[in-house]
Amino acid sequence: MIATIGFYVFAVILLASATMVVTARNPVHSVLFLILAFFNAAALFLIAGAEFLAMILVIVYVGAVAVLFLFVVMMLDVNFAELREGIQRYAPVGLVVGLILLFELGLVLTGWHFAPSAAEIRMSPTPTALSNTAALGNVLYTRYIFLFQLAGLILLVAMIGAIVLTLRERGTARRQRIGRQNARQPEETLAMLNVAVGAGIDEIGILRPLPGPAPAGAESHALPHAAEPH
Amino acid sequence: MPVGLGHYLAVSAILLVLGVFGIFLNRKNVIIILMSIELILLSVNLNLVAFSASLGDLVGQVFTMFVLTVAAAEAAIGLAIVVVYFRNRGSIEVEDVTMMKG
Repeated sequence: MIATIGFYVFAVILLASATMVVTARNPVHSVLFLILAFFNAAALFLIAGAEFLAMILVIVYVGAVAVLFLFVVMMLDVNFAELREGIQRYAPVGLVVGLILLFELGLVLTGWHFAPSAAEIRMSPTPTALSNTAALGNVLYTRYIFLFQLAGLILLVAMIGAIVLTLRERGTARRQRIGRQNARQPEETLAMLNVAVGAGIDEIGILRPLPGPAPAGAESHALPHAAEPH
Repeated sequence: MPVGLGHYLAVSAILLVLGVFGIFLNRKNVIIILMSIELILLSVNLNLVAFSASLGDLVGQVFTMFVLTVAAAEAAIGLAIVVVYFRNRGSIEVEDVTMMKG
């Protein structure tokens, strides 16, 4: 009874927040409603008995994907009001297509039934003694291990692709050049000076020549290499 | 499963229709379109989990994990493309994307 009430509450909130995702004026609100939708979908997963997937949904979608969306929406300086211009023009077409799709789905949903042999052709029946996570791991790491590895490969490709796409070389960036650092000799940067006793820093011009009219005697002692740009 | 399979299927059908409707409604905004695709994939996941729980077959949940993986990868790549496109073009309007053709 509690589960049924919970199902209806979560389902209604899920559908309402999904509606807000597609109709909100501010994309930041869209992302926040998307997060709400994911939380409610996770609750529906829990009611269906898929605890592991519910937690994965919260971690992966809310923790990674939705935050990624939020980051991009806030990072891009887009005039979002301009993007909503044609919305009155597109809404009727979308409504018609959506209603037709809903009608067809309704036809499908009302006119189907399980095959009589559906219970016998199950690939891996849910074990009753194990928890959901343990049962899922038993199946995932044995029979579907190659698909599991392939999923990891897909994530790797996505990661490399995203990095390659967004990485850019800036001309003004200062980078470490290790070869140049290693090839550097002490003579290039160091000069040993015989400083007269009592001569101040101002007179010698240590480190770099003073701008403007240098004090007398400073020019000859100024270090020529220290002021060179690298 | 305490709730009937039909309820789950109805919810996920409505969710899918909402996602398709979102794609039509926000035809200029790539970010909202990507979010609509996420909604569609979520409805697919809901369907898979509901059938898995109703039939007592774990494969549906395994497949849901793969769909989750692909959805995460798709979101990452899509958003990276949006960022690069915004850098080059200064907007994210879908109709301008034709400049990307070869």
